[in-house]
Amino acid sequence: MNIISIEHIRKMYKIGDVEVHALRDVSLTINRNEYVAIMGPSGSGKSTLMNMLGCLDTPTGGKYDFKGKNVSLMSDNELAEIRNREIGFVFQTFNLLPRSDALHNVELPLIYAGVGSAERKERATRTLIDVGLADRIHHKPNELSGGQRQRVAVARALVTNPAIILADEPTGNLDSKTGDEIMYLFSQIHAAGNTIILVTHEEFVAQHAERIIRLKDGYISSDEMVQNRTIPKLKTEENQQTA
Amino acid sequence: MKNIKPLIYELKEGLIIALQALRANKVRSILTMLGIVIGITSVVTMSTAIRGIDNSFQSGISALGSDVLYIDKWAWFSNEDWWKIRNRKNMTLDEFSQFKQLVQTPIAVAPVINSRQNVKFGDKVVENVFLNGSNADYVKTTNFTFDLGRFYTESESNGSRYVCVLGSEIAKSLFPMGNGLDKTVKIGGVNYRVVGILSEQGSFILGAFNPDNQVFMPMGTIFKHFANEQRNTITFNVRSKDNASIEDTKIEAEGVMRKIRGLKSGEENNFSINQQEGLLDNYNQTVGVIQVAGFFITGLSLFVGAIGIMNIMFVSVKERTREIGVRKALGAKRRTILSQFLLEASIICLLGGLIGLLFAVLLSSLIDRFITTSIQFEAVTLAIMISLITGVVAGLAPAYTAAKLDPVEALRYE
Ligand SMILES: Nc1ncnc2c1ncn2[C@@H]1O[C@H](COP(=O)(O)OP(=O)(O)OP(=O)(O)O)[C@@H](O)[C@H]1O
Ligand SMILES: [Mg+2]
Repeated sequence: MNIISIEHIRKMYKIGDVEVHALRDVSLTINRNEYVAIMGPSGSGKSTLMNMLGCLDTPTGGKYDFKGKNVSLMSDNELAEIRNREIGFVFQTFNLLPRSDALHNVELPLIYAGVGSAERKERATRTLIDVGLADRIHHKPNELSGGQRQRVAVARALVTNPAIILADEPTGNLDSKTGDEIMYLFSQIHAAGNTIILVTHEEFVAQHAERIIRLKDGYISSDEMVQNRTIPKLKTEENQQTA
Repeated sequence: MKNIKPLIYELKEGLIIALQALRANKVRSILTMLGIVIGITSVVTMSTAIRGIDNSFQSGISALGSDVLYIDKWAWFSNEDWWKIRNRKNMTLDEFSQFKQLVQTPIAVAPVINSRQNVKFGDKVVENVFLNGSNADYVKTTNFTFDLGRFYTESESNGSRYVCVLGSEIAKSLFPMGNGLDKTVKIGGVNYRVVGILSEQGSFILGAFNPDNQVFMPMGTIFKHFANEQRNTITFNVRSKDNASIEDTKIEAEGVMRKIRGLKSGEENNFSINQQEGLLDNYNQTVGVIQVAGFFITGLSLFVGAIGIMNIMFVSVKERTREIGVRKALGAKRRTILSQFLLEASIICLLGGLIGLLFAVLLSSLIDRFITTSIQFEAVTLAIMISLITGVVAGLAPAYTAAKLDPVEALRYE
């Protein structure tokens, strides 16, 4: 069953008299438990597409069905609810609340979902343990390494049990070893049955996915399955402990 | 239930975030709060001061008696030309005798002749004291209470004895030790024996009209030394049975006076009937103006404070644009963001209001040393309400800006 189905999506920005076509004509479907990488040169529209898929942005034209419901017709509040329940975002720059500790950051989507305090703390703690941060629960972002911050962000994306995880260059700000750790985490999440879409510039990162969609100038230039998929191994001691 | 729960969690989250933001920007928050502190302090202090003046006036004016009419050549308040009033006939003792004969409803009437003289005891002098010459009935037209002694008697007044009763302020000035009874004071150079000292009656608001600043003696002695019937007019103090019957008494008194003066119907009164009420109306008008002006000025300071809040909230929204984007990405609705910033503005204002209230309490106790007053419960609730409303109003525009931010734009914001 497909979760996402977009048809002839367009997105155009107007800056003064100049029209910038970020997406020209994009159609695709993504099924449950797929692991998709989106690649393409800078400015090809990857982030624009992700924002569209994540219901953060609305297309200028075309049709977007999320779980069979037409997103283009939804109100602002309905979109917020979809983002809250169905979508987990992971950003390149982590985007954690700087003054809150890891636990509160992970609790945040549950607060907006109306989950009670006790259950919230319980679920957030469990998710933080799942991503390997059992001993960093009460640390603030500036007391964490880049990799740990991204784990908090992943936990925050996972905690509501969303239909789909969207990650825009999640390893972009990390060194390669830490990046590998995060990719391992994603593979685990995927193995657990989640649907993942991630944007990356790096071929070896994309090779973790089952399918690679390449964008160019706002069009899909290719969309193919990965032949020799990388299945990340347990490399570090830390991963061994959490696995 | 389904809808109320998230709302409560959102509000709680908003509260936590607001307090975090305040703590993170202490200096800025305190400076912003200052505007509200000053605004609330001045509004509350102002209301307490006005209440104090009000209290003094109310208690002061009651010394005049709300059930007493003062029939006089002069009007306390009048639209008539001054020269017209000046040309009226003086009121005489003869007219008073007729008046006393004819009226039925009053419980007491007394003729009063006034003068101003220096009052001396030893080397102490009170200058230009308002003297009331009357007879023993005078005390029945008042609510006088005595610290020491008594009012002069009928035989003392009939015999024009040189006895006097001192108002409390006069007594305090001449006899700081409080031993004035039976002492002989010099009034306008004439010796009077003090037979009574009044307890405090009125308040400073009435000035010379305050019995505390006056001296009372048999009217014969005044006519002998300080006044004469040809040149000076007397006042009839007329006390009605109670407050309810004062209008009846007034109508009767007017009729009797017109008869004594032989006025035909259609002719204007050539006397005035004054009463406390007139003073009250006049006072209310004056204080009304002071009140409006005062609240306008103090309200202005609150307004300036509110602008400060609005300004800082705009800055806060700008600074946290990215955070707003993140929250929206995680499922915060417009109303979530809106209430978060409204809450923050309200908390700044509420804290400012409470601190302002504290200052107002201190200032009010200072004012209380001069005029009796106290902070009222209403002023406290009003201050809290005003600061909350200020917070909401000042926070509305910035919060709305935050709420309608486009999430993608907000996340992109550097
Ligand atoms: N808010 C905007 N206003 C105007 N133009 C925009 C806006 N957002 C994106 N664009 C334009 O749309 C195009 C696609 O941008 P997008 O961010 O999707 O690229 P990208 O593939 O994510 O690039 P990168 O790999 O550098 O992140 C770019 O040409 C960009 O300049
Ligand atoms: Mg991008």
